[in-house]
Amino acid sequence: MRMLMRDTTMEDIALARATARRQARSRWIAHALLALGVLIFAFPIWITVVGSTHDVSTIGRGEVPLWFGGEGVANYVSAWLRGGSSLRTTGAVPAWLMLWNSLNMAVLIAVGKIAISLLSAYAVVFFAFPGRMVCFWLIFITLMLPVEVRIIPTFEVMVNLGLINSMAGLVVPLVASATATLLFRQFFLTIPDEYVEAAKIDGAGPLRFFKDVVLPLSVTNIAALFVILFIYGWNQYLWPLLIVSDKDLETVVVGMTKMIGTGDQQNEWNIIMATAVLAMLPPVLVVILMQRWFVKGLTETEK
Amino acid sequence: MATLSLSGIRKSFGQTEVLHGIELDVADGEMIVVVGASGCGKSTLLRIVAGLETPTSGTVRIDGRDVTKLEPADRDIAMVFQNYALYPHMSVFENMAYGLRIRGLPMVEIRKRVAEAAEMLEIGPLLERKPRQLSGGQRQRVAMGRAIVREPKLFLFDEPLSNLDAKLRVQMRAEIRRLQKRLGVTSLFVTHDQVEAMTLGDRLVVMHKGRAAQVASPMEVWGVPADTYVAGFIGSPAMNFLSATLVQGGGGAQLKAGPALPFADGPRPGEDGTKLVIGIRPEHVQHLPDGAGALPLAVDLVEPLGSETVIHGRLPGEEVLVARLPLAAGAIGEVLPVGLPPASWHVFSAEGARLPARATAPA
Amino acid sequence: MRKKVIFKGVALPYLLLLPQLIITGIFFFWPAGQAIYGSFLREDAFGLSREFVGFENFADILADPNYLNAVSNTVIFSSAVAFSALGVALFLAVQADKAIRGADFYKTMLIWPYAIAPAIAAVLWLFLFHPQIGLFGRFLNGIGIPWDYKLNGGQAMLMVIIAAAWKQVSYNFIFFLAGLQSIPRSVLEAAAIDGARPARRFWTVIFPLLAPTSFFLLVVNLVYAFFDTFGTIHALTRGGPGQSTTTLIYKVYVDGVENLNFGASAAQSVILMALVIALTAIQFRFIERKVHY
Repeated sequence: MRMLMRDTTMEDIALARATARRQARSRWIAHALLALGVLIFAFPIWITVVGSTHDVSTIGRGEVPLWFGGEGVANYVSAWLRGGSSLRTTGAVPAWLMLWNSLNMAVLIAVGKIAISLLSAYAVVFFAFPGRMVCFWLIFITLMLPVEVRIIPTFEVMVNLGLINSMAGLVVPLVASATATLLFRQFFLTIPDEYVEAAKIDGAGPLRFFKDVVLPLSVTNIAALFVILFIYGWNQYLWPLLIVSDKDLETVVVGMTKMIGTGDQQNEWNIIMATAVLAMLPPVLVVILMQRWFVKGLTETEK
Repeated sequence: MATLSLSGIRKSFGQTEVLHGIELDVADGEMIVVVGASGCGKSTLLRIVAGLETPTSGTVRIDGRDVTKLEPADRDIAMVFQNYALYPHMSVFENMAYGLRIRGLPMVEIRKRVAEAAEMLEIGPLLERKPRQLSGGQRQRVAMGRAIVREPKLFLFDEPLSNLDAKLRVQMRAEIRRLQKRLGVTSLFVTHDQVEAMTLGDRLVVMHKGRAAQVASPMEVWGVPADTYVAGFIGSPAMNFLSATLVQGGGGAQLKAGPALPFADGPRPGEDGTKLVIGIRPEHVQHLPDGAGALPLAVDLVEPLGSETVIHGRLPGEEVLVARLPLAAGAIGEVLPVGLPPASWHVFSAEGARLPARATAPA
Repeated sequence: MRKKVIFKGVALPYLLLLPQLIITGIFFFWPAGQAIYGSFLREDAFGLSREFVGFENFADILADPNYLNAVSNTVIFSSAVAFSALGVALFLAVQADKAIRGADFYKTMLIWPYAIAPAIAAVLWLFLFHPQIGLFGRFLNGIGIPWDYKLNGGQAMLMVIIAAAWKQVSYNFIFFLAGLQSIPRSVLEAAAIDGARPARRFWTVIFPLLAPTSFFLLVVNLVYAFFDTFGTIHALTRGGPGQSTTTLIYKVYVDGVENLNFGASAAQSVILMALVIALTAIQFRFIERKVHY
């Protein structure tokens, strides 16, 4: 074989330099664009957080503050204890109560969904029984019917069952859904057959195998799903709006938007902003603190 | 300590029958190796003995007791799985103790048994670890330990060495053999590896297409294979098969590749002209430098192994022959004079069944 | 796919399935059946009697200009939300994938809006674009562009689109980034050795490999825009001004809850169900294909 050799020329050196420059530039552009993206996402929050530390008239006058004011403590204390409202109406609900209701709803929905999905997925995967596929499809098809679609007839069912204005009414209908069942089914299918065989030879029955092997192996999946479902529950809007008229059961997402009246000038914007911050804090914290499980849960439930 | 007896075991999955009636009697303390290519039904057979599958017909008896319809847990067996099946969230101790705990043994007894087994397997220091912190060989030992602590009537091994690297495999093989002899537990060991089978088993069951092609001691399987499948499966490199016809009133064979030679051990039944298959192991092919009675082997591949050389070539008539010669003989392109001594022949019918020598009436 | 080793028994699996089947039966199938049944009935003015009217409810809906208006609003709103949320997310994910150093930081900073409820997101943008108290709202009015989304239908639509898309970007971002990071380095290296420059590499190698993710996200985003944005619209515009931001799901609510028109609302629910089932079927076909692929 013949090889053409030549020395490194000035052009080669120049090309190498230009390449290095171009790569550095492309990296900087990427960072700049990402920073811009982060800014766009953070800005509305910034305005809200800052706004929640000013007094009502500053905001009402339209002097949009870009830096913290001195009323933060007072605003949050009054949002927490008294609640805000458009000043015309009475019966403001204090934020602590709404947060408590939201917390209850979110946790009950998440725990309930996980519990019944674990059981049903276990039945579908680890047993052969007549009607197995029918049951699977009955559950699977509910994937196609989000609560928003069948909202009015479901509401009627709730009225018939006397579940209006109750925590049970808020939670139970949202507890059944195919997503969690499908996730667990998918996960269970990856549990090697040999574990079941080993358990059978060890003398473990189905319930014992569930408790001693399946449940411990599912811990990360359960954590991941909990994050997703907690957020799902916390952020419910249409359903609580429909089911709850009792102020003692008001959830924070719905309650906060109800604070904004139509006569704009009279709104207690500072209290509304403080409540908005309180309303988004728990789910945002859950996402940030449990980011690893959250991303895993999200990308796996949707697979 | 127990015996195992299988009779008329058949198993179908849907339309396909994968086991066509297996008969097997295993003596107390015996190590039986079930060997065969993948898909021959050996794993299904093991799972039927374990109770993880139910046979379509036939009975499984352990110590004379019919266990065919019993759950695995009620058969007093222990099993070592191919991928070990160690529960990943339990420590080594918990893995080994799990079966005993389910059976409700007192904790003192469980600790004693686990400690004994751990000592025997030299995994004492690993008891608190999780399976993922163990090497392949260590996991293998834990899987063995889990079986040992149960003190079962029967050990079942489902290709337990196939996930180990070659060196470790040889070591664990010897260890399993020693352990099994020491504990004296009746064992059924499934593998696709013929070397493993030869070295481990008191007797082998060579499976082929859902049938037991031969049940015999390793040396008998090697020396007197029941058919061409067994003959070709056991031994490395595999046995050569040459086509031939019966001649001399059944007293010899005319090789397609060349000469007609008389059988060393006596005549075979059948008409002259009947088609035969003559098997000869590569290590029995001789190099005949002086050329007397030799066949010309056109060498096309030479594999030196150090102490020996494996020569691949073609005989006249284009039949392939592999020879394992005790010296660095032959080069590609060369024609090597080789001899096929009839004393080392295995004579098979054209259908592949072994043709034993006819007992000749004294003249 | 199914297990080859299973437990025996019939009563136990049914017992395990019971909670889910009961809840599914009561809160899914019964109401869905009610909706279908109700869509063929009409109530009299006092709600005292119902009569069977066949497909009249459907015919009425499809002839109703308000409903057709909601259809066109939904099409505009959903496609704008889906495409802008997908585009921005893909763009940011590509940048984050490029900036290897700090990618995790950007990831954290970009994914948390997922946790914000659609209704809250709407309120955050209300704080910015409110004509009297919002930074941008005042600014626009200040430079002579009359801005009031409570009076101008187009501006209202723009508002709900921004608020809805803003929240959905982080979800798409997570998936795009995961998709980008799952592209084997060797493929990109092969393209680089073939002489493809970064931009060309993106359009000829990366983008086609992301196509399954993009398609999946498109369906998810459309479903989100159809249904989950009820909160956004309710908190921000209540479907107004006029009916300029009334989408299909909002109209179901208005007709059923505020106007108490049971038959019309049920018929709309049935149409929406058909729509979701179609979307899910498409997605399911896609999942199946992905499994084989």
